[in-house]
Amino acid sequence: MELLRVQQIEKYYGNKSSLTKAIDDISFKVEKGEFVAIMGASGSGKTTLLNCISTIDRVTAGHIFLENEDVTELKGKKLNSFRREKLGFIFQDFNLLDTLTAYENISLSLSIQKWPVKTIDKAVQIVAEQLGISDILDKYPFQLSGGQKQRVASARAIITNPKLILADEPTGALDSKSSGMLLERFTFLNREYSATIMMVTHDSFAASYASRVMFIKDGKIFNEISRGKASRKEFFDKIIDVVTLLGGDVSDAL
Amino acid sequence: MLCKISINNIKKSVKDYAVYFFTLVIGVSIFYIFNAVGSQAAMLQMETSRNDLVKLLTGILSAVSVFVAIVLAFLIIYASLFLMKRRNREFAIYMLLGMGKGKISAILLIETIIIGIGSLAVGLVAGIGLSQFMSALVANLFDADMTSYKFSVSGTAILKTIICFAAMYLFVMIFNSVSVTKMKLIDLIQSGRRSETVHAKNPVLSVILFIIASAALAWAYYMVAYDFGTLNEVKVVLSIVLGAVSTLLIFFSISGLLLRIFMSFKKLYHRGLNAFTFRQISSKVNTMILSMTVICLMLFVTICALASSFSVRNAMNINLRKYCPADAQIELSVYDKERKYDVYVDIEKEYKETGLDLNTIFGEHVHFASYADKGKTLADFFGPYLEELTRKFAFFRFSAPMSLVKVSDYNDLMDLYNRDRISLKDNEYMVICNYSSMKQMLDLPLSTAQSITVFGNELKPACNECVDGFIDLSTSAFCSGIFIVPDNAVNETQKEHDYFIGNYRSQGKAEIRAIEKDMNDFIEKSWTPRINNLYGFNSTEYGGCYFSFSTRTELYDSSIGMSAIIAFIGLYIGIVFLIASGAILALKTLSESVDSVPRYEMLRKIGAEENSITGSLFIQTGLFFLLPLLLAVIHSFFGMKFSSQVLESMGTEGVSMSIAITSMILLLIYGGYFLITFFCSKNIIKNRI
Repeated sequence: MELLRVQQIEKYYGNKSSLTKAIDDISFKVEKGEFVAIMGASGSGKTTLLNCISTIDRVTAGHIFLENEDVTELKGKKLNSFRREKLGFIFQDFNLLDTLTAYENISLSLSIQKWPVKTIDKAVQIVAEQLGISDILDKYPFQLSGGQKQRVASARAIITNPKLILADEPTGALDSKSSGMLLERFTFLNREYSATIMMVTHDSFAASYASRVMFIKDGKIFNEISRGKASRKEFFDKIIDVVTLLGGDVSDAL
Repeated sequence: MLCKISINNIKKSVKDYAVYFFTLVIGVSIFYIFNAVGSQAAMLQMETSRNDLVKLLTGILSAVSVFVAIVLAFLIIYASLFLMKRRNREFAIYMLLGMGKGKISAILLIETIIIGIGSLAVGLVAGIGLSQFMSALVANLFDADMTSYKFSVSGTAILKTIICFAAMYLFVMIFNSVSVTKMKLIDLIQSGRRSETVHAKNPVLSVILFIIASAALAWAYYMVAYDFGTLNEVKVVLSIVLGAVSTLLIFFSISGLLLRIFMSFKKLYHRGLNAFTFRQISSKVNTMILSMTVICLMLFVTICALASSFSVRNAMNINLRKYCPADAQIELSVYDKERKYDVYVDIEKEYKETGLDLNTIFGEHVHFASYADKGKTLADFFGPYLEELTRKFAFFRFSAPMSLVKVSDYNDLMDLYNRDRISLKDNEYMVICNYSSMKQMLDLPLSTAQSITVFGNELKPACNECVDGFIDLSTSAFCSGIFIVPDNAVNETQKEHDYFIGNYRSQGKAEIRAIEKDMNDFIEKSWTPRINNLYGFNSTEYGGCYFSFSTRTELYDSSIGMSAIIAFIGLYIGIVFLIASGAILALKTLSESVDSVPRYEMLRKIGAEENSITGSLFIQTGLFFLLPLLLAVIHSFFGMKFSSQVLESMGTEGVSMSIAITSMILLLIYGGYFLITFFCSKNIIKNRI
């Protein structure tokens, strides 16, 4: 079942005299329950693409449909309620509120949605269990490691049962061990709870956890490969091949 | 080049500087206004005696200005250091690009000069404008004529303001340069990047500290406001220190305590952005415990100063009308050293013999004497209560004789005063008193119907407590007890003091002034030498002859002067402290807002409504401003109780009026700072997409 349809979107920066096409006519679809990774070099437009889908940024042209609702037309209150009900965000720098405990950071997205307190507590416990952070819920962000922070941020993103989880370089600030753990959690959520995840990364290792990888170069889709029945290791090799083809400039992350 | 950078910096960070600039402008204008009072008053038509008062006021105000300048200097240095901290990243870039510390100092120097000159100019213009209103206040306070008033500018005040603020800015420049030389590039680069550590306090400790602090405060309150009788200097100092320390402890513990309480109401805590809001506030309060304490204490002083000064002024005016119902009073008592008691001298007779008939000056008047039964002292009256009272009021002179006045004389006087007459039976007496702590003492024997014996007549009290009233013309309730006795109960040979109280024949201000001048001349040149001669006193000797000529004009002048001076000083210090508190809170809040921008961005990303974000900001800013004010108001409640007891003699009428005026000033300045802060913060965290 189709969840997201991106239709010929374009995004320009700058003015007439110096125009930058960050996204140059991109179209694709994401099915429900997919785990899509978007790869590309710095400045290729992958974060801009994610920002447009997440309504953080506006497109210059084109349409984005989530469950057949055109998100590019949303404004004001509808936009806010769309964000809080349909989307979950995970960022490279965690973006946790440092004055709140892990528990409160997670529960905040529910209290913004005006959930009753009893259900909030239950939901937080469940999601903490899923991400293995039950024992650190009372700690403040400054007391947590990078990996723990990112798992708290992930818990906050998925607790609302969003249609789409958007992750922007979620492993960017993590060491390899934490990265592995986080990505394992993503696949777990994807497999067990059929969460739809869209992840931007320039790390081939991270991308190899996805079921499909899209490569972007200069604002256009350059290539797209699916994992199919291949193992993660085989898929990783395939990704490396494409990256080499792309010019090797993303392989520096390895 | 450097100039360009400086100017661009100011343009760019106008938002940051707005509060700083606003504070400087208010500071400059207030400083000018109060220093210009003297020359403004010179423009008004005033009595000479009041001109002297204005001179005194000007002198006191310039002395207070030194103190004010110091407060403002601290505020300005605090603010500028604060703003500098905000710009660490910018300085880091300059240094990375190879700019020397000297040049960075130069940039700051140029900025300070630009802002300094700008604020001085704007502040002086505002001050000159506002000082015209101040003239109206001066005219009102000193009863002056404003018809010949013209728009005026005080050169000396301008000069004084410029010199004072130039010196302050110089200080700021020195401070800035010093802190620039201390900067380390690595700290500058890393500043702001370090994630804030949350000082989570032990909730149990918070509760214990809060209870201790509250108990200490309660004790201090009790001591100053309710246990007034046993208060001494040590206790006053102790309660002030206790108050200050408890204030600090309360701010130390309150955020933890409130948060804990709030968190236990899970439904409320997890509603909307409440959790975020209260965490923000508690972290804000935790990071500035000391500033909050200072602000709270400053607000406390402000409220007390403003409210007391206005109530003193109001009370004085009301009291004057009440307690000075006649034009003039002459009182004379002569103490005979040889026989060691007062001898009676008839004022009217002596005047006549010296060459002045009082009847030509005074129309309606009462001439009477007080009597004293030698050997009958107040100690006899207090009887069984004497021991207890001596312990409580050790300083009181219990050996003073009971002052007796005949009921017919008293009633004549009451007719003159337009007050109610009293009636006494032949075997009764009555005590007249309106000084409340004295009344407390005198009421004790009266409540048990203590009888007195004067000149062999035993008299019973007509009333079981003191009766409100007075004899002397005064500015306040200061009659400490007169015994009114039946006419036939006194021995006419045992007169003590002689009183002559009356209204002049002539009316009109100028005529009365002339009469009083003549009277005073006469007293100095003819009367005093004659009396001294007659009874063998030399004029420098103390305590021989007590003579007083008090007039309504004189009482009025001194009372007006007192109240005006108190009102001015209260207003001056109060406003400056208010500015300081508002500015510190505003700067702190704004910088917090800048630091919190990512947090609000985050909230938007997870879908918080713009309304609830604004609401959260409003609650945060509001509570942050309200907390110190709230504690200060509680402090002031008890502080005012204390000061009203100290100022008891001034009376407590018009307190509600003065509280209204105080609240208005508070609302205007403090509220103004709150609004500026809120809107600036809102602008800072505005959605930029």
